[in-house]
Amino acid sequence: MDQAHKLKVSPSPHIRYLEDTRSIMLDVIIALVPSLAVSTYIFGFRALVLTAITIGCCVFFEWGYRKLLKKSNDIGDLSAVVTGLLLAFCLPVTTPLWIAAVGAFFSIVVVKQLFGGIGKNFMNPALAGRAFLFSWPVVMSTWVAPLSYKSFFSLKTADAVTTATPLSSLHMSQLPEGTTLMQSFFGQVGGSLGEVSAFALILGGIYLLVRRVISPRIPLSYLLTVAVITFIFPRGNDNLQWMLWNLCSGGLLLGAIFMATDYSTSPVTKKGQIIFGIGCGLLTVFIRYFGAYPEGVTYSILIMNACVWLIDRATYPRRFGASGKPKKESKSDG
Amino acid sequence: MLRSFYGGIHPDDGKAMSRNIKIEILPAPEQVVIPMSLHVGTPCEPIVKVGDNVLLGQKIGDSKNTISAPIHASVSGTVKAVEPRLHPNGRMVMSVVIDSDGKDSFHADVAPQKEKCQSDQRAIVDIIREAGIVGMGGAAFPTHFKISSGLGKTETMIINGAECEPYITADHRIMLESPEEILSGIRYLLKAMDLNRAILAVESNKKDAVRLLREKLGEDKDIEIKVLRTRYPQGSEKQLIQSVTGRQVPPGGLPADVGYAVFNVYTAWSVNRAIEQGIPAIDRVVTVSGPGVTEPKNLRVRIGTPVSKLIEAAGGLRDNAEKIMMGGPMMGIPLFDTDVPIIKGTNAIVALTGDENRSVEAPKCIRCGRCVSVCPMNLLPIYMYLYERNDDIRSLEKLNVTDCIECGSCTYICPGRLHLVQSFRNAKAKLNAQKAKTGQA
Repeated sequence: MDQAHKLKVSPSPHIRYLEDTRSIMLDVIIALVPSLAVSTYIFGFRALVLTAITIGCCVFFEWGYRKLLKKSNDIGDLSAVVTGLLLAFCLPVTTPLWIAAVGAFFSIVVVKQLFGGIGKNFMNPALAGRAFLFSWPVVMSTWVAPLSYKSFFSLKTADAVTTATPLSSLHMSQLPEGTTLMQSFFGQVGGSLGEVSAFALILGGIYLLVRRVISPRIPLSYLLTVAVITFIFPRGNDNLQWMLWNLCSGGLLLGAIFMATDYSTSPVTKKGQIIFGIGCGLLTVFIRYFGAYPEGVTYSILIMNACVWLIDRATYPRRFGASGKPKKESKSDG
Repeated sequence: MLRSFYGGIHPDDGKAMSRNIKIEILPAPEQVVIPMSLHVGTPCEPIVKVGDNVLLGQKIGDSKNTISAPIHASVSGTVKAVEPRLHPNGRMVMSVVIDSDGKDSFHADVAPQKEKCQSDQRAIVDIIREAGIVGMGGAAFPTHFKISSGLGKTETMIINGAECEPYITADHRIMLESPEEILSGIRYLLKAMDLNRAILAVESNKKDAVRLLREKLGEDKDIEIKVLRTRYPQGSEKQLIQSVTGRQVPPGGLPADVGYAVFNVYTAWSVNRAIEQGIPAIDRVVTVSGPGVTEPKNLRVRIGTPVSKLIEAAGGLRDNAEKIMMGGPMMGIPLFDTDVPIIKGTNAIVALTGDENRSVEAPKCIRCGRCVSVCPMNLLPIYMYLYERNDDIRSLEKLNVTDCIECGSCTYICPGRLHLVQSFRNAKAKLNAQKAKTGQA
């Protein structure tokens, strides 16, 4: 035969699926676009600027760190873009840009790269960044009223009209007044950039489920746990209202759909994922009910992140063929 | 809902390239190289010398060991050499080289054996052994030994017509073109194992074959045809048993441990031919396909034909062909030399182009867990990989790395492009090395 063909030899399998890290991250970015659009509409152009800053900083720090340490350049996998987006989504629109940059540094360099980069970090970078930024508590809990900007393109934060979020009412054991559940569902409430619109988040979540980027195990077990507990132990006398407000408010949906499902920081076993979701749900309600701060999503996910290794170890899948008959001595023991 | 096994993947099967192409007979080449290791088990000893005249179907190699199968001349002619030659597995293996005289004159032993097996089941096993029939699905385990070792323990026979690897259509074609022979072969196998029921399992992408087989079966109840979900690795023995019966073969065990014996459809076809016509395993159907081949084909070729002849018959390689493998793209052996011969387990020659492997410079695990969800053996590839990288032998053992069937599903699906299966092969080797060391101490 013609020897023009130099044959390649490599171990099987010889074909691979199209999907790679980059396409997965791109799907996550697409899923986050509706929320970004809603928050830009609610909080004005500054929301977009803040997001651009966190994304830019995250990508820059990732590139810079790996360049300095002469490691492979990974920014093409788009994971830093996702971290930047999610970090911005955790911030109030009035966050000074330099504080956002500090958050990006902490997320990417301290939480992600110091542990070895993508897949090696044990805490969600965006959430850990947000937790770190609570060093500026006032900045992190200044909530701007929805659609209160004087001009859409204004970047000034001084003249913003502040408001209480539904979550702060819930924290005081009251159902929010002056806002309807519908307004909250579509995002006309105060809050961090990405968490305001339950509708946009659910839309993104459905996209991720359809694209099979995430499985429903973590989000559903998380949300169901919160739903069940808040329904059984309501503050006030309307179980259903209390439950729905709890589900729609704060960072719960953002956390359940986009943060708790972060691959690096969630279990890989099916059982483990359900345990993880339930754990997040229990901790979230616990912190919301008994904590000093109204929101519990960030810390509950971070705490569960730290347990992932243990959960995986405790939920090793059953060995193929090991049930039924009494266990036979395997051949390899011979 | 069609039954299936744990996990699995569904790659683009590429079978459309060759599923409608009739089996074509490739004339015997001028020279065949027949390795004395065409099966799992002890290699045969050559029983012919240089200069001997041999006839088609004459036994040229045999072994006294039970886990072995005799080897026959696939052409008539003169023995040119008896020397080590390159085997598809990459090693030099003792081989018999025969120059064909172009006459294809049959040996006197090649005669119908039907009368012999009317009464005695043992006779069928002997005919199968003498015909050198091995697992024709690719595993090449000697069929006579599978029968005799499963005797008494087996309750039901499963015939494997899944053919789950992409591109391969050899079994599909044989089911379409000789359904009666297959059914007859299954009945001989049933008789040999003293059983009365067989399940013929076919993947749902071969509906035409299922229809035809059902039609030929008519009212007979001894063979049941089951349609399985099209999902890789459906045709793997353990997975097939799970899909068909819901039962799992215990770790390190054999199908007989749960009461099943599995044979390939092509094995059944070969058994029928060996009994009805007396022709031993001297040829087989091979699919030549893949995006790197100009004109995909299903060819009936003699054992010992060089791979290059098959590629030639399929119109040659395309310019962008980069890789040729014996077997499918999931588990096939990559070839670096196309002069290696076709062996009994060769069901396909697949040529791939450059863009199918999608390898990257720095593979990285993102802990997505896809490998865990596709693993048909319920393993944790992600952690096995980690432990292998860290030489943590004890943890590897705890995660049952030896259960890995190397189907490649995890590697196929991995978005980080990790070389998972490769790592588990290393892990098994490390485990064995450790065992050997502690054994000596």
